[in-house]
Amino acid sequence: MDLALHQIPQQVVNGLVLGSMYALIALGYTMVYGILEMINFAHGDVYMAGAFLGWGVTLLLVRGGFPVVAAGLVILAMFLVAMLGAGLLGVTIERLAYRPLRGGHRLAPLISALGVSIFLENIVSAQFGARAQLVPTAHVLPGWQVSLGSATVSFVDGLVVVVALGLMVALDRFVRRTRYGTAMRATAQDREAAGFMGIRVNQVIAVTFLLGSALAGIAGILAGLLYTEVDFFMGYLAGLKAFTAAVLGRIGNIRGAVLGGLLLGMVEAVSTPFVNGAYVNVVSFLVLILVLLIRPSGLLGEQLPDKV
Amino acid sequence: MTGPGEGVQGNVWRSWQGLGGRRWIPVLVLAAALPFAIDNQPFDVSSRYLLIVAATCAAFASLALGLNVVVGYAGLLNLGYVAFFGIGAYTYAIVASVQAGRHWPPVLGLLLAGLVVAVVAVLLGLASLRLRGDYLAIVTLGFGEIVRQLMVNLDRPIDITGGLNGILGIDPIAVGGLQALGDQDYYYLLVGFCALFVFVMLRWERSRVGRAWMAIRDDELAARCMGVNVLGFRVMAFTAGAVVAGLTGVIYYSWRASVFPSSFTINDTVTVFMMVILGGMGSIPGVILGAIGITVLEEVLRPYGEYRFVIFGIALVLLMRFRPQGLLGRFSFRPRPRPGPPAEPAEEDVAAAPEATA
Repeated sequence: MDLALHQIPQQVVNGLVLGSMYALIALGYTMVYGILEMINFAHGDVYMAGAFLGWGVTLLLVRGGFPVVAAGLVILAMFLVAMLGAGLLGVTIERLAYRPLRGGHRLAPLISALGVSIFLENIVSAQFGARAQLVPTAHVLPGWQVSLGSATVSFVDGLVVVVALGLMVALDRFVRRTRYGTAMRATAQDREAAGFMGIRVNQVIAVTFLLGSALAGIAGILAGLLYTEVDFFMGYLAGLKAFTAAVLGRIGNIRGAVLGGLLLGMVEAVSTPFVNGAYVNVVSFLVLILVLLIRPSGLLGEQLPDKV
Repeated sequence: MTGPGEGVQGNVWRSWQGLGGRRWIPVLVLAAALPFAIDNQPFDVSSRYLLIVAATCAAFASLALGLNVVVGYAGLLNLGYVAFFGIGAYTYAIVASVQAGRHWPPVLGLLLAGLVVAVVAVLLGLASLRLRGDYLAIVTLGFGEIVRQLMVNLDRPIDITGGLNGILGIDPIAVGGLQALGDQDYYYLLVGFCALFVFVMLRWERSRVGRAWMAIRDDELAARCMGVNVLGFRVMAFTAGAVVAGLTGVIYYSWRASVFPSSFTINDTVTVFMMVILGGMGSIPGVILGAIGITVLEEVLRPYGEYRFVIFGIALVLLMRFRPQGLLGRFSFRPRPRPGPPAEPAEEDVAAAPEATA
């Protein structure tokens, strides 16, 4: 037990890192839910696709353990490719699998999303195999470390937190301060009325998917760099936890998703020394169930009556 | 109404439906005669293999019928459905196999498995069914994965599930001195259970319970206003489906004699979903045909590994877009007319439900 307590400072650092990634993914869930009131099951797999795109870039640009261009360029290329790739993937999914079903029974887009999710997981597993692919983090990122008391913060840890927080602040500003952000909020509030006001609702929804998916793609590369490996199944649990984070922070609420992500990451990391490693995921799942049980009404943002 | 019922075949279909419960008698006779036909088949495959496929079809038909109660009647998206199949199988395997050296009477094991599945389903249902349908989907998605991880990890410190190696040497089903041995016995056992489920579901469909489920599925708010106990009926549908899956798990895995965590992934849930959606949510003959079709297709596509799930993924998206009610489904995906202006531009509504506008 003493040993476990001694690990807490390190676990707080880990929790912050983990939480930043959950928060990045949770933003996509929360933005889409805010506008369409739909859980995008494929979102976790978009994150996985982003991770694989980042891995693909290192495959091209890192040969025999050495980057063929400056390491900074490799990182830049990873971010650009994963951001654009994941963003476009998200837009394509929305256009092909969700938009045609809008206005129908609410089960239809959920089942369609399940199909997309299964498609992405299995096509990656069929192409690259079920085993994890290695990401050569050590060759593209400096190995600097900072000691804070008994905790160690590596360069990757810092990168994850800084990039994630930067993006979250940028997104928050975009949604709150720009004209386009206002259009998004209006669409989330009342899609029909927003349409009457001349807002191009379909375009706003596409942009929402673009942004949410690009953020998930970035979370994917960060995860690849942090864990130094990617696999086809990584989006499943990460997506589930990010969704839990979005629910924790009131789904539909962007700042809430960030807080929920950090909170869940912290809970998971701090509980790690105390529970068998294999059961960490069980803890996250119990958090989801408990939140749904104890505060079901607060979870939908304000408790809205069903639209009649 | 949409679906079959139009045109010339429609007449055949209607007179078939007009037979009511009796129309199942020829189906049962055919199913009972199938092993004899398989024994004397002229094809260039082993008869044993065909019998195994037939028995697997029966098992998956039961599984799909259970999911049909949950998603087809009650409109609940249970994405952890095969977890209940697995819990049933593992419960039985733990009390009736060489794993723990316990050999309970199989009937007792079957009852215990049903009970365990029911308790888990009621608890999970009470926790998640009070909320909007989407929450159930994500909670069950998580539940399915957690159950699989528990199967993998509960081999330490005390070996309960056998971890990745699973449980081997599961006892065959036996009643009194009668023991199910060999594929043919299990074929009949699985067909018998499937017939039992069909019977129960035919009764449900027309009962107060079935009407309540469909009312909630079609319009929760309206059902609530009519005084339907939404939570109660939802938990009931969720549990009924789970118990069907659990019992099927016991029979199926006592036949296979071994059970592994790798049989209960999201891909397996999607396979059962494919059966229900392709056949037609809410339609008992549709779901059975879907189960047979997908089981046979899985056998044909087996050499292609994961690509068959790639195909299933695309198929789900296409089905939702072009034929959400499946082959024989009665599940109406038409958005109900609401007072006031339409929620979406008309163009989208037409695209969403091409059948409904006819």
